[in-house]
Amino acid sequence: MNKNLRWKIVTILLVFVVFFGIGAYPLMATRYHLPAPGWLMQHQLKLGLDLKGGVHLVLRVNTDDALKLTTTTTSEQLRESLRTANVPSTSITVEPPIKFRVEGVPPDRDAEFRRAADELAATNFDRNPGPNGSYEFTMKPTVARNLREQAVEQALQTIDRRVNELGVSEPSIARQQDDQILVQLPGVTDVARAKEIIRSTAILEFKLVEAGPNSSKDDLLKQYNGKLPGEMEILSGAAERGSTDSSTVYYVVRKIAPVTGQDLRSARQGLDENNQPAVLFELKPDGGRRFGKLSGENIGRYLAIVLDNRVISAPRLDGRITDNGRISGGFTTESANDLALTLRSGALPAGLSYLEERVVGPSLGADSIRAGVISSIVGLILIMLFMLFYYKLSGLNAIVALLFNLIILLGLMAYLGATMTLPGIAGFVLTMGVGVDSNVLIFERIKEELAAGRGVRASINAGFSRVFLTLLDTHVASLISAMFLFQFGTGPIRGFATTLSIGLFVNLFTSIFVSKTIYEIELSARQTPALSI
Amino acid sequence: MHIFKNPHYNFVRWKWHAIALSWIIILAGVLVIWKKGMPKGVEFSGGTIVIVSFDRQPDIEQVRTALDRTIPGGGANAIVQQYGDPSQKRVMIRVHSAGAEAGGSLSATADLVTAALKQANLGNLQVVGTEIVGPTVGEELQTRGTLATIFALGGILVYIAIRFQFSFAVGAVVATVHDLLITLAFLAFFRYDLSLNVIAAILTITGYSMNDTIVIFDRIRENMRSMRRDNLETIINTAVNQMLDRTLITGGLTLLSVIALFFFGGEVLKGFAFTMIVGIITGTYSSVFIAAAIVVIWQGRKPMKAAPAAPAATSARKPGRSARAS
Repeated sequence: MNKNLRWKIVTILLVFVVFFGIGAYPLMATRYHLPAPGWLMQHQLKLGLDLKGGVHLVLRVNTDDALKLTTTTTSEQLRESLRTANVPSTSITVEPPIKFRVEGVPPDRDAEFRRAADELAATNFDRNPGPNGSYEFTMKPTVARNLREQAVEQALQTIDRRVNELGVSEPSIARQQDDQILVQLPGVTDVARAKEIIRSTAILEFKLVEAGPNSSKDDLLKQYNGKLPGEMEILSGAAERGSTDSSTVYYVVRKIAPVTGQDLRSARQGLDENNQPAVLFELKPDGGRRFGKLSGENIGRYLAIVLDNRVISAPRLDGRITDNGRISGGFTTESANDLALTLRSGALPAGLSYLEERVVGPSLGADSIRAGVISSIVGLILIMLFMLFYYKLSGLNAIVALLFNLIILLGLMAYLGATMTLPGIAGFVLTMGVGVDSNVLIFERIKEELAAGRGVRASINAGFSRVFLTLLDTHVASLISAMFLFQFGTGPIRGFATTLSIGLFVNLFTSIFVSKTIYEIELSARQTPALSI
Repeated sequence: MHIFKNPHYNFVRWKWHAIALSWIIILAGVLVIWKKGMPKGVEFSGGTIVIVSFDRQPDIEQVRTALDRTIPGGGANAIVQQYGDPSQKRVMIRVHSAGAEAGGSLSATADLVTAALKQANLGNLQVVGTEIVGPTVGEELQTRGTLATIFALGGILVYIAIRFQFSFAVGAVVATVHDLLITLAFLAFFRYDLSLNVIAAILTITGYSMNDTIVIFDRIRENMRSMRRDNLETIINTAVNQMLDRTLITGGLTLLSVIALFFFGGEVLKGFAFTMIVGIITGTYSSVFIAAAIVVIWQGRKPMKAAPAAPAATSARKPGRSARAS
């Protein structure tokens, strides 16, 4: 046996051992409780949600919300500023998401109006004058685009924090399309709770109560002669705890919230003075200063604690409060816990909608694994039997190459951190069929060369070298279609495309290098070469 | 061992028969799709699937009646099927609506289904899986699936045009489009839902069918060099005959593995496996009968580049624009 050949054998065995160790062994060790050293198990092949069980959610960030917020805030600030600058009798209407309109600016106050508008809205909005002292403000396209982008990015980070706090192992949160986010939570069973925690916008605001609570909206409006002042709004909320009335009540509150959830430093579940579950929070220094000012100046008045535009409680301000406080309002321990969690992880910049929801129970996943393994084994056995029958000893060569192919494929997938999905298993099965094709091509060519009267050695060499270019062409064409498959697909389909592509690369190695070496071993062992094909 | 001993079939002669047969199948498919529509999986049409595991063998009709109470439109509009092996006592319920996308109520319909089943006297049950897709996702997927197929075809067209010559690329792409149409026709005949997995299978067929065609083209390219005196038809026929064993063996082996998938791969992969079975058969057929025929027809319109008629080749010009030297 020459030196060259010996090196080839060593290389092949080494590759086999390494990939067997990375890919197949950890799987077998888990299944059959074999010794499993940590360093070997760390690359264990990842299973997709469809095999492991879990929740798969596709959410859309309603980026319009973020634009609407900016538009509303700017218009409110402008209203305040116009009031202090004594520009009278203007009306401001918001046309969400990106427009607001100012009407009735008196001609003699136009300069003041323009100054105030320039200061507040010029960076983000284009201003168009209309008839009778009206102006239309439209958000600049670049600003809108940036806001949308920011909203999605922020939502992504917020969801990431929330999911981490949920304590799910190996979650995956990824941006999918422009405004879509894919959340995968392996092993989660309480879908409703996970969905609620992810989705709750958790916009917390502290707003001064001007009137209410009252169970009738109309009664409240009457106090203002049927029309609220522009700086106030009506919010609904649950009736105070302890009262017999369980229906909805209404409050008139100031629109501007001096302190919001963004000022929170931390939040946790605790108990209130009646030993009922509550959320305790601490404020950042700056927020604390503002909270101190707000509470100090308004002792004796009521402060509405508003979560997602709903008043959850409206306690009386009995003294100056600076850096910490408490939210109570009919919580259970779990709901207080969940609210603290969402407050800690920050508010979502925009609402979320669920576009897709998929739950795979663990039993369903286990069945899929079993079905996948059985069909792989059945397919493998059928192919092996045919190859042995049709190509005799050369068939054995092809079988060795095929087994190598599968072992390396598993190992590479584990090493690269690819995810095995159910369609991935289908790709695995398909790889066997396509993989053995390379050997068929080579063997058929060798047969032709032998039939043309060439010697065994020459036929084998010609078989491999002529077929190489064919294989290159077919593999590249298959890779092209696998690439587009990957582009197109989500989770499971990507798993399929990945398996297929890696399988193609590995196949080139096994069908050409491994098979050829096996022939060389066979030839070098005999004086008068003969071929069983 | 050989399947065929020195085969000399004149495949090119049957090209019009083959093309006619294919047209009949494709047109029948179009007719079925036109009359009955293409069945779409929940990923594409939107809707709700709930898979429920019972502790005793459920009666499909009872499940349907139970649904009547809460589901809009009643159980008559729902698809209720045994899911997987009967011994698993599982039922799949598919309803064509889902909760509203806005807000968190996408799963409202699924909750209705579960509630209806729990109220009915069907024994203990457990929801083992749900799949809820709003309408937005389906529309997006349809566009992306179509685009992916078109781009994959375009990419391969360019690759073959570079590696072989343009008429070959046309032949390969026509053969592949032919396979896709035939597969779609069979999906419509047998009413398999167009799902994400089926689309994956269709894209795989694109690759597989190309693969098969390229192997034969590769031999045609080789023969063009060694058989300069023969005309294109003879060259192509020889190549197809030479590769006949390989074509059948590979097709057969791949078919074996996919058939294993069809019977043992479980409910989720049934559609995938069926699509692959049809695709492999038609892919093998088209690479023998269609791809080369298209090359002959395409080349026939133009002066023969590939086969000089005079025995004494006037110039040493290579037949075709073969891109590689031997």
